[in-house]
Amino acid sequence: MSDRTLSRRSFLGGAAAAVALAACGKASASRASPVTLRVAIVSNSQMDDAISLSPVFEHQHPGIRLKFVNLPENEARAKITADVATQGGEFDVVMISNYETPLWAKNGWIVDLQPYIDRTPGYDAADFVPRIRSSLSYNGHLYSVPFYGESSFVMYRKDLFDRAGVVMPTHPTWLDVVRLAKRFHDPRSGHYGIVLRGDPGWGENLAPIDTVINAFGGRWYNMRWEAQLTTPQVKSAVGTYIETVRAYGEPGASADGFTECGTLYSQGDAAMWYDATSATSVIEDPASSKVVGKNGYAWAPTQTGKPSGWLYTWSLSMPTTCSHRQQAWEFMAWMTSKSYIELVGHRLGWSHVPPGSRLSSYRIPQYRELSRRYGPLTLQSIQAADPKHPTVRPVPYTGVQFLDIPEFQDLGQLVSEQFSAAIAGQTSVEAALAQSQEYAQTVGATYRHR
Amino acid sequence: MMAATDTLAAPPRAATRPTPAIRRRRRPGIGNVVWGVVAWLVGILFFFPVLWMVLSSFKTEAAAYTNVPQFVFSPTLAEYRHVFSSGVGSYFLNSAIATVVSVVAVLLLGTPAAFALSLRPIKKTSDALFFFLSTKMLPIVAAIIPLFVAAEAVHMLDNVWTLVILYTAMNLPIAVWMMRSFLLEVPSELLEAAEMDGARLWRSLREVILPVVSPGLAATALICAIFAWNEFFFAVNITAARAATVPVFLVGFISSQGLYWAQLAAAATIATLPVVLAGWVAQRQLVRGLSFGAIK
Repeated sequence: MSDRTLSRRSFLGGAAAAVALAACGKASASRASPVTLRVAIVSNSQMDDAISLSPVFEHQHPGIRLKFVNLPENEARAKITADVATQGGEFDVVMISNYETPLWAKNGWIVDLQPYIDRTPGYDAADFVPRIRSSLSYNGHLYSVPFYGESSFVMYRKDLFDRAGVVMPTHPTWLDVVRLAKRFHDPRSGHYGIVLRGDPGWGENLAPIDTVINAFGGRWYNMRWEAQLTTPQVKSAVGTYIETVRAYGEPGASADGFTECGTLYSQGDAAMWYDATSATSVIEDPASSKVVGKNGYAWAPTQTGKPSGWLYTWSLSMPTTCSHRQQAWEFMAWMTSKSYIELVGHRLGWSHVPPGSRLSSYRIPQYRELSRRYGPLTLQSIQAADPKHPTVRPVPYTGVQFLDIPEFQDLGQLVSEQFSAAIAGQTSVEAALAQSQEYAQTVGATYRHR
Repeated sequence: MMAATDTLAAPPRAATRPTPAIRRRRRPGIGNVVWGVVAWLVGILFFFPVLWMVLSSFKTEAAAYTNVPQFVFSPTLAEYRHVFSSGVGSYFLNSAIATVVSVVAVLLLGTPAAFALSLRPIKKTSDALFFFLSTKMLPIVAAIIPLFVAAEAVHMLDNVWTLVILYTAMNLPIAVWMMRSFLLEVPSELLEAAEMDGARLWRSLREVILPVVSPGLAATALICAIFAWNEFFFAVNITAARAATVPVFLVGFISSQGLYWAQLAAAATIATLPVVLAGWVAQRQLVRGLSFGAIK
């Protein structure tokens, strides 16, 4: 027993000494450190790649050190918004999307990057996918630079379709999707006709559902900012989505987001998945997917003929509180450059290339070959997305799968919770839309009086 | 002598064979068996997530996601390598500083307060105790905006000492209540005897009271350390690149794209090790502390 006590004391003493030594080491290191850039990013596989390659940047820039804070999307968004909006100055570089960029640029929270871009030879901002570039611009100037971009499309198991003698149309309608989902739905064998997001969140279930609303010719508001969520088009769209996932989708879909759907599809449990074009990095990854090379791709479903795929990009921007702007720009330029894409391809493999940001990526022979089945459609879908005219009827807002107004974070969350409850069977589609209409009317009223 | 030896060498049969009454106590009844099985089931139920976390940490991402869970697999340390290459050191250091310093501060502040509220009660003792408790009634989320603004105003955002202050405040009511319950078990005669022997208050406290309540002190310290080590909400909102702690590091492995169960399990296993080690080091004191007064 005494030995045991002694070993515990030894352990405690050792641990205390280790903490003290580490604290001293930290103090001395901070005294000698060069400029340290604090970078807030959203955690996903491509950002992990950037972190793993950051020593290359630090080697090329001996006076700059990088300190990353990577958080899941919701936490990162809340954290970054709080810091930038309150001018907290915790970060030198932040990862934001095309939702935040125009709003924050208008508020003067982020730095105009155009002067930095203009004096950086070889950066070639004209190479960014035009639709992505314009979504990150305010008054013609880029306020954030894209790391990757995406639209949405239908992924389906081509091997199963071929075996069943079924053909997926290049431009399917939602009625096609429902028909095909029914055809392949076999829950007793653990195979679902389709997997769709149901998890609440404006970046979760509302992203695909908004594109369905657009596809059916619905809209959130008319030009007088009157809410339109109980119109026949919206009822039909939301009803189709929710009934499809309830009838032919995965069980427990109300809690499934991108990751859960991707897991089910990549493990071979579903015949179709409608989601982000960037999902190819999940389902075509040999390290984790069982359906590599077995997939076909089709345009986002529509009912009106107008392309309905969404437009989204994660990009790097610089808060106005950044005190090391030149160094911050050097890092941003490196991480969004052509040479970074080459570096990723050569060091980590071409399947790791951040998609949808640069046109030149799709001209690299290795990447063009690797992405031949989904690369061109990814680019075409991004280019076809039209945030200013997301649906066939005019709207007073910008954005395909979101409304680029500050209130949308709350409004979208509330509405998505209603839809999630309807998917779970806790409420009806009609009741969910009626409640959503009330939320939307409240927000719309503030714009009517401006 | 002989008689004594005989007595020792050949004890009465009754002494070697248990009496029927004792035998009945030793033989488990059907109720005991049922409760034993229930206890084991509950224990396994509680332990299973931990076991599953550890097992998953040695799998590949694809193996961790299989629809029929795999108990037999080829273990790999790849995810641990990934976690350790992600700069875990600074997060552990921040957590260690925030935890150790706040626990020491809590004990230094809470023990005298608990002493006063137990062995030297005043007229408003119950009001004071309720005040301590009432500070735990406000949801933390309701206080985060004022705290964030205040920390920003004094340039203490992303500073580990802000966490030390917050964790001290967060754990102080718990420590006062816990230490008070331990101190209430100390016979007041002990203190009176020390005073009669001429010991001043500080000496009585240090040499008489503290040794008696040291198991309770260890239990309180461990509980506070666990709460501080695992705290996420303050850490994620108040810190950023410099002062982020282990829980913030942990959620960074929750990816919005791709599979992440195995890497998250590896990071979680590493994150729980210090608490498990602390529990192991203090287990004897902890058990005594938690059962303090239960026998009386």
